[in-house]
Amino acid sequence: MKPGNATRKGVAVKTMSGEDKTRRAGRVATRRRWRTISGLAAVLPAAALVIAAQGASAEASGNGVPSKGPIVIGASLSLSGDFSADGQAFDRGYQLWEAYQNAHGGLLGHKVALDVISDASDPGQVATNYQTLITVKHVNLIFGPFSTLLTVPASKVTNRYGYAMIEGAGGGPSAFATGLRSLFDVSAPVANSLVPFAQWIASLPKSERPKTAAYPTSNDPFTEPQLPVAEQILQKAGVKTVYFKVFPAEVTDYTPIADAVAASKAQIVLLGSVDVPTVSAFIHAFAQQHYDPQAFIATAGPDQGSAFVSAVGAGNTDGVMVPNAWYGGSSNKLSKAMVAAYIKKYGGTPSDINADVAEAFSVGEVTTQAVEATHSLDGSKLISYLHSNVTVQSVQGPVHFDNVGENVSATIFVFQWVHGRFVQVLPLGDPGSTKIEFPKADWGS
Amino acid sequence: MGTLVVDAVISGILTGGVYALMAAGLTLIFGVMDIINVAQGIFVVLGAYLSYTLSVHLGVDLFLGLVVTVPAMFVVGVFIQWAFIRRLGERERTAMSILATYAVAIIIEGVLGLVFGVDYVQLNAWYVNRSIHLFNFYLPYIYVFGFVLAVCLLAALYVMLYRTRFGRSVRASLQDRSAARLVGIDVDRVAAVTFGIGVAVTAAGGMVFGATNSFNPNTGYDLISRLLTIVILGGLGSIGGALGAAVLMLVIEDVVAVVWSPIWAPFVFFAMLVVVLSVRPSGLFGQVAGRAQ
Repeated sequence: MKPGNATRKGVAVKTMSGEDKTRRAGRVATRRRWRTISGLAAVLPAAALVIAAQGASAEASGNGVPSKGPIVIGASLSLSGDFSADGQAFDRGYQLWEAYQNAHGGLLGHKVALDVISDASDPGQVATNYQTLITVKHVNLIFGPFSTLLTVPASKVTNRYGYAMIEGAGGGPSAFATGLRSLFDVSAPVANSLVPFAQWIASLPKSERPKTAAYPTSNDPFTEPQLPVAEQILQKAGVKTVYFKVFPAEVTDYTPIADAVAASKAQIVLLGSVDVPTVSAFIHAFAQQHYDPQAFIATAGPDQGSAFVSAVGAGNTDGVMVPNAWYGGSSNKLSKAMVAAYIKKYGGTPSDINADVAEAFSVGEVTTQAVEATHSLDGSKLISYLHSNVTVQSVQGPVHFDNVGENVSATIFVFQWVHGRFVQVLPLGDPGSTKIEFPKADWGS
Repeated sequence: MGTLVVDAVISGILTGGVYALMAAGLTLIFGVMDIINVAQGIFVVLGAYLSYTLSVHLGVDLFLGLVVTVPAMFVVGVFIQWAFIRRLGERERTAMSILATYAVAIIIEGVLGLVFGVDYVQLNAWYVNRSIHLFNFYLPYIYVFGFVLAVCLLAALYVMLYRTRFGRSVRASLQDRSAARLVGIDVDRVAAVTFGIGVAVTAAGGMVFGATNSFNPNTGYDLISRLLTIVILGGLGSIGGALGAAVLMLVIEDVVAVVWSPIWAPFVFFAMLVVVLSVRPSGLFGQVAGRAQ
């Protein structure tokens, strides 16, 4: 036997008994560690809450206004994912308001600073983002996300922490069905968005009134509630429903759905869409099928300015309608100022401006007026103020909230693309309305 | 209703060709190299943006532009394989490839966002809006042209893979990399070229996709799940399987959308997918059969 082996063997024997001791000591240490960890696990959440509360109160004591530095406003936006085009337009609107507000003295003598994080259009992520903005970043105020789909989970989080959730794109009935008093939508409630269009069709002389209508819609909380309201009005006026089907938000192929609408030969089409690609797919399929309805209105998409035109092609825009509360040519003084600021910052023309920009800007305006009226950033004071029957002003017009945060003063307009210009056509007789193009021009004209 | 069903079947076949074109590169890379390329969706979008650039800024026809975009995408593919994929170790290569290609997707998406912004665009040409009237049906030119392009390119891929010396090298590398090296095959070179071809084919898929759908840099995420489904249903590495699965998926979804409801279309397809995979776990044209062709 070589000495080395003997040494190794000796060490091995010694080590075995040492290992036993080590294991016992390890088990004791492990138990201690577990006790420590479980103790920490019990204490940490409570400590985190205290620290979070202290952090928040340190940043925002009394009326919630920081002693120095900017007022930080947190928002979660869909900068990527399905709503990225809208989310980034919303981001432009928030940034525009931030620059505008700071150029006009800020808020309560402080500069305002936005802290925007992306939720990738995901309803789960948006809740996490607001949790982070409130408990980790201790923002002073929050602005809403994009879409009803994301506003619902976001508003539950912000309500839990007593923040006022002022938003501009969560106008679907499911947002208000939560009954949260801290939620305020500065835009028009969407459920009745198609009512002016339906009422106009119903008001046409019987000889001119279309006889059939098709209602394809995406299964989204923004679109689905709108179509039954319009259908009811149109059916009462004798307009027969020849197609009403819901399709998933993400469709592999729109062609058979659009072809089925074309085959129905409906004289008017009311499309429940959330974005440009859906509208674009239908328009292209209609053109390919040589199907030209007398009127075509989509719940969203045609209001996205140049983004809509570049997707569907300039020749396919003529006569396309969309309901909304704002457009670039609005005579509202606040809107004119915003449009001028937008063009100065980003270039283009009023028709190029996405309506999301105005919705986002309105959020800032309403927040400003609430903060200045209460001299406070405190959520409960802002909520009480906005529920106190006041009317505030925005680029979209007057804003007056009911008990669930719907803007009951909002006027819904219908806009139409006419010869490359985006113009207001409904309500009839409104000073801003121009002559409606009916029947609409053929696709590709 | 009968006319609508026939129309849906035709539409499914034509659109299936477009999806097969997008999935062909994926099945080549996935099936042959065991790389789960989750960047395939963004490659489709990149191909669409390249065609968009040539069309809008230089007035080049979409199909003619493929003469430029296909080689360009080949170079992109070879570079990505060299920069990201080749460096992955042999162990857990497949799993790690998901992370690597996801990183690639994020990078490309970011660059496209910076260059083009997030507004949706769509490719336009005279044949995008027009259709041919045949047997009482309007067949959109873009889908007909896209389908013909898909069949031609997939046939070329098939010939390349199963009737050429290079194809034999590819399949040998797939079956046993070490053995392939022993018989003198430059496995790294074969892998780079295969990845390049897979990405290059996607340029054509991206062009047709961009002419039939609005897109922005984020559109790739919606595509990848569908493309992976097609590849798995068709059988990994099977070019013909990709075409068959894509057509089957689109026909089923389109017919269900017309006969029943669009909302049930994906459900019916995925129910069918589960049944097929439970009977044939390797897909319709399974991996073994596909590689042995």
